[in-house]
Amino acid sequence: MLVYLIRRSLQSVVVLLAMSLLVFVGVYAVGNPIDILINPQADQQDRERSIAALGLDKPLWLQYALFLKGALTGDLGNSFVQGTPALGLILERMPATLELAVVAMLIAIVLGIPLGLWAGMKPDSLSGRSIMAGSILGFSLPTFWVGLMLIMVFSVMLGWLPSNGRGETRLLFGVPVSFLTVDGWRHLIMPATNLALFNLALMIRLTRAGTREALLQDYVKFARAKGLSNARVIGVHVLRNILIPIVTVIGLQFGSLIAFAIVTESVFAWPGMGKLLIDSINFLDRPVIVAYLLVIVTLFIVINLVVDVLYSALDPRVRLADAKG
Amino acid sequence: MAGLALFALLVAAALLAPLISPQNPYDLAQIDVLDSKLPPGSLGGAGRHFWLGTDDQGRDMLSAIFYGLRISLFVGIVSTVCALAIGMAAGLLAAYAGGRTETLVMRVVDIQLSFPAILIALILIAVLGQGVGKVIAALVTVQWAYYARTVRGVALVERRREYIEAARCLALSPARIVFRHLLPNCLPPLIVVATVQVAAAIALEATLSFLGLGLPITEPSLGLLIANGYQYLLSGKYWISFFPGIALLLTIVSINLVADQLRDVLNPRLAR
Repeated sequence: MLVYLIRRSLQSVVVLLAMSLLVFVGVYAVGNPIDILINPQADQQDRERSIAALGLDKPLWLQYALFLKGALTGDLGNSFVQGTPALGLILERMPATLELAVVAMLIAIVLGIPLGLWAGMKPDSLSGRSIMAGSILGFSLPTFWVGLMLIMVFSVMLGWLPSNGRGETRLLFGVPVSFLTVDGWRHLIMPATNLALFNLALMIRLTRAGTREALLQDYVKFARAKGLSNARVIGVHVLRNILIPIVTVIGLQFGSLIAFAIVTESVFAWPGMGKLLIDSINFLDRPVIVAYLLVIVTLFIVINLVVDVLYSALDPRVRLADAKG
Repeated sequence: MAGLALFALLVAAALLAPLISPQNPYDLAQIDVLDSKLPPGSLGGAGRHFWLGTDDQGRDMLSAIFYGLRISLFVGIVSTVCALAIGMAAGLLAAYAGGRTETLVMRVVDIQLSFPAILIALILIAVLGQGVGKVIAALVTVQWAYYARTVRGVALVERRREYIEAARCLALSPARIVFRHLLPNCLPPLIVVATVQVAAAIALEATLSFLGLGLPITEPSLGLLIANGYQYLLSGKYWISFFPGIALLLTIVSINLVADQLRDVLNPRLAR
C-alpha cells in the first residue's frame, strides 16, 4: 500500500511537471498579451517598461525556470490583468465551483439511484422504459443548451428563478457560500440541476444495470426465500452490492463535474473557477491559465487517488499493491 | 431505422443547404437588417415568410440552421475520421509490438483519458488559438485515445487466434499481417465507438463555439448560432437559440440511435 502510494505520488509529480511545461510553452506561443494589456497610444519606452515589468523580455526557458522556482514556494505568478497572485484568484473562486459541483452530484445521487432501482426492478414496465428513455435524453442533450432553455422557461417565461450570479451568500468558516440562504438556493438550483443532468443519466443507467444483475443472484433468491420484505431485499441486499461501482463513478465523475462547471458557469454567470478560465483565455492572462490548469490537474490526481484507495477499502478483493499503478 | 432515416435527412439538408435554403444567410445582399429579430412565422419586408424567425442581423434562422448543420457535421466527421486513423495505428502498434512500446502508448492513453474531454479541448484551444483547423486538431487529440484503447483491447484477443498464427507461418510481413488480417477483424467495435464519437465531437465543438473559443464568426456552426441567441434570450427572443439547439439535439440523438443499431447488428452473439 505504502509502495503504491509513493509510486503514484511520483507519477503525479511527473504528470504535473509535463503538464506545466506543455501549457507554459503552449500559452507562450499564442498571441502577445502586451497588445491587449497596454494602451495602444503608449510609446515604445512605455511598452518596453511594461514588458520588462511582466518579465516577458526574458528568454522562454528562463521564464519557465523562474516560474518553476516560484511554483515550489506556492507562487504561480501574478495575473497580468488584475495584478494579484494568480493562485489567490483561483482559490478565491474555488468555493463557488465546489459548491455547484457538490450540489449537482447530490441531485444526481438522490434522484438517480432510486430511479435506477425502480427501472431495474421493472425493466419492461412503462415507467421503467420512460426512465430509460429520459436517461438517453440526458446523455444526448448538450449541457449549455439545456441551461439556456432552463433560463428561458424559469427566468424569462415564468419569472420564478434568477438567471445569473450566486445570490446572497453567508460566511461558513470564512468562506462565502450560497446554500445557507433562501436567495442563494434560488440562484443555485438551476445551474446545479443543469450540471447534474449528465450524471443523473449515468447514475440511472448504472444503478439499473447493477440492479438487474443483482436480482438474478442466489443471495437475493435466498433473502426472498427467508421471507424478507421486498423493501429489505432491495434496500439492504441489492443496494449494498451495487454500491461499489456507483461509489467509484461518483468519485471519478466529481472531477468531470468540476470541468463541466466551466460551461454551466458561463451560461449562468456563476462566479466560479471555470468562468475565470474562460475570461483569462480571452484576455490571454497566461499566469491565471497556467495556474488554473495546475490546480485542476492536482485536483484530478488527488480525486483519482482517493477513489482508488476507497475502492480497495470497499471491495476487499481489490489489492492495490498488485495493480499496476 | 428511425435514427438512420433522421440522420440521412439531416445529412441531406446539410449537403443541399445552398439549394433548399430560402436565402443565403451569408450573402449580405439577401438579408435586411429591418427584418431582424422577427418571431417565427412572421412576414419579412421582401414578402418572405420566416418560419423559424430571424436573428439580430435579419437572417432567416431556417437557412442559418441548414448552413450551420453543414459546418457542425463537417467538423464532427472529419475530426472523427482523423482520430480514428491515428488511434487505430497507435492501438495496433501497441498490441502488436507489445513490450515498452505498448506500455508507453497505453500510459499516455490512460493519463489522457483520466481528464475530461472538455478540459483537454479547452487547454488545446487556449494554446492553439481559434479556427476550423485548430478546432479539428483539438477534437482529434481528444478522441484518438478512445480508439487506441478499443483497438488494443480487441487486437490483443485477435492476435492469439489461429488465423494470425497461420499468417505468421506463411511468413507474411508484419505490416501485411497487421493491416490485412488483424485490422479487418478489429473493425466492428471500432465502428460503433466511431459513430458515438461523431456525436460527441459535434457536441464538444458546439460547446467550444458557445464558449466563444471554437469556430470563428465567419463559419457559424450550430453552437455559434446558439451562442448568438444567448444575449437575446433574456428579452424573450427564444427562437434564435431554441431552433439551432433542436437541430443540434436531433443530430446527436439520431447518431446515437444509429450507433445503438450498429452495436446490435455487429454483435456476433446476437442472431441476425
